[in-house]
Amino acid sequence: MTAGPGRPPGPAVRGGPLAVLAYLMRRLFAAAVMLVVIIMVVFSIFFLIPKWAGVDVALSFVGKQADPAAVEAVRVKLGLGDPVYVQVWEFFKGIFAGRTYAAGGDVTHCSAPCFGYSFRSEQAIWPVLTDRFPVTLGLALGAAVLWLIFGLAAGVLSALKRGSLWDRGAMIVALAGVSLPIYFTGLLSLAIFSYGLGWLDAQYVPLEDSFTGWIGGMILPWVTLAFLYAAMYARITRATMLEILGEDYIRTARAKGLREPVVIRKHAMRSTMTPILTMLGMDLGALIGGAILTETTFSLPGLGQAVLHAIKNQDLPIILGVTLITSLAVLIANLVVDVLYAVIDPRVRLS
Amino acid sequence: MTELSKTQAAVGEPTATSPAPTAFLEVRDLKVHFPTDDGLVKSVDGLSFQLERGKTLGIVGESGSGKSVTSLGIMGLHTAGQYGKRKAQISGEIWLDGTELLSADPDHVRKLRGREMAMIFQDPLSALHPYYTIGQQIVEAYRIHHDVDKKTARRRAVEMLDRVGIPQPDKRVDNYPHEFSGGMRQRAMIAMSLVNNPELLIADEPTTALDVTVQAQILDLIRDLQKEFGSAVIVITHDLGVVAELADDILVMYGGRCVERGPAEKVFYEPRHPYTWGLLGSMPRLDRDQQERLIPVKGSPPSLINVPSGCAFNPRCPYADVPKDDVTRTVRPELAEVGSRHWAACHMTKEQRERIWTEEIAPKL
Repeated sequence: MTAGPGRPPGPAVRGGPLAVLAYLMRRLFAAAVMLVVIIMVVFSIFFLIPKWAGVDVALSFVGKQADPAAVEAVRVKLGLGDPVYVQVWEFFKGIFAGRTYAAGGDVTHCSAPCFGYSFRSEQAIWPVLTDRFPVTLGLALGAAVLWLIFGLAAGVLSALKRGSLWDRGAMIVALAGVSLPIYFTGLLSLAIFSYGLGWLDAQYVPLEDSFTGWIGGMILPWVTLAFLYAAMYARITRATMLEILGEDYIRTARAKGLREPVVIRKHAMRSTMTPILTMLGMDLGALIGGAILTETTFSLPGLGQAVLHAIKNQDLPIILGVTLITSLAVLIANLVVDVLYAVIDPRVRLS
Repeated sequence: MTELSKTQAAVGEPTATSPAPTAFLEVRDLKVHFPTDDGLVKSVDGLSFQLERGKTLGIVGESGSGKSVTSLGIMGLHTAGQYGKRKAQISGEIWLDGTELLSADPDHVRKLRGREMAMIFQDPLSALHPYYTIGQQIVEAYRIHHDVDKKTARRRAVEMLDRVGIPQPDKRVDNYPHEFSGGMRQRAMIAMSLVNNPELLIADEPTTALDVTVQAQILDLIRDLQKEFGSAVIVITHDLGVVAELADDILVMYGGRCVERGPAEKVFYEPRHPYTWGLLGSMPRLDRDQQERLIPVKGSPPSLINVPSGCAFNPRCPYADVPKDDVTRTVRPELAEVGSRHWAACHMTKEQRERIWTEEIAPKL
């Protein structure tokens, strides 16, 4: 770096935009390595463990009444007889470059990204994932907006009015939210608002068909899912806020003569956000992989529902595909959180 | 009485019971009590003192003697933003430049904070916000009280950093607190507190968290800046060395009350309270023979909920039985003049104390 008049070298540039960029590159690289490892490990879990357990994957593909010739053909076509490392490599290559399955004259080309075919419907996995992913993403993001707004607001208010009637009330509701399972709150909300009062039609409508229909169908799932998370976030926000309000630098902010609302907004909230962000990254990542309970309760055709069906039907490739999508989502969410961390907390950039 | 004087202060009509003060800062019968589950904690229980511009008052005492509670009380920080905590009970009067702060509108006191009175805290690392640069924090402090754009405020921040002796201030201004060393952080903290030229500066244990090598530099800096800005300074410390360095007057606190107050040289060379003797005896000195032991004050600080009856120091005082009739355990001694501008609260007669000091204490120090 040349020592220009504006940005001289030395300690002054530490923690600047350059440091954020370097930090970002490190994280990206780590995420890529992680992804490769995850693909390999997950594939091994799904295709090798059945083998050791004495379950013939080819047999489960063809069905119980299959004749040995058909089973053998499947075994060859899916490469199940190949050595482990070849299988892993083929699968890995398929995701990025596509893959051709061939057994004698029977040739099937699966273009990238190839996650294989469903054992039951013989559909390619990737279109199944892309069909269902938007449903789950919409559910997770919509709920996240709701729980962030209400969870943070309730948490901050409770902290600022500690011991008040509001605080006690909010914390009791939050305790209920944390303790009640989704299939209870979900069914209850369906019973009241859909079947009882008839306010909302509990029917999933794809976003591209009708925006208002989509919103109408998603309100109950959003609220149900958000209730659980808002409760957790309210509790964490309240505890963190109370801790931060006792910090010396909050006293310093007051000693400067800052108005109390500014002390809260500018000084206390910013520190409170750090643990909230960590939680958000983990929670969003996990939810994007499928909110199984919520999707099942409200019959949403998302990834969670797909994986539940797949587990019932022993449809390994679908389970594998959804698991990989989940891992990817968690990875990306964590990456975003890490970057936001570096933006929020300058101390992170150095390490 | 307190209620009465408060209303009088509010309408600005000081009467004979509470005349307008002549001193720049005058604290009268300040009491700060905290209600807790275990009882009322009387952290400060009737404290009075005056301070003029350009002078430094050292408040000395052990942990829990009420030093910091006093300073936060003057700043009005016991009432600002105490969410859901039980409110501190504050009474008495705090006059700053003709304004009584305890009865004043809290928003008015807020505007005085940072502009008229500023504070330096003990640990600059935890007292500075970790997520904002030093510059941002100083700029913020300046712009609360000055209607200027960010550029002007930044220039002012750089100027202040330069003034407190931070090298390359135009670059360091963009650093975060964790990129500064401990001494540099405290300098930045001082720069921040002085950015509005406050007339009253309260330094609460300003050197306690710093390396010994840096302590002297910070004390020098505070003294120089005081000369330059002409502010009144209160230094709160448990370290007599610090007040010896800085203070014009010394106030010794024990159990939430003042036990001795006077000019620094008087308190150091003619102390008239056994607790002050104890403090002096427990201060390490280079000129003392290394074979001699320090003389600690025996016992532990008093409970602030059940303050010992009579003189709060009586359970630890080696001379508690010198006055007759058990008076030290039944009657609380009031401050009495023992010399010019020099007060002490002790039941022993002036002559008894003079004799004990010159014959028993002074030779051992």
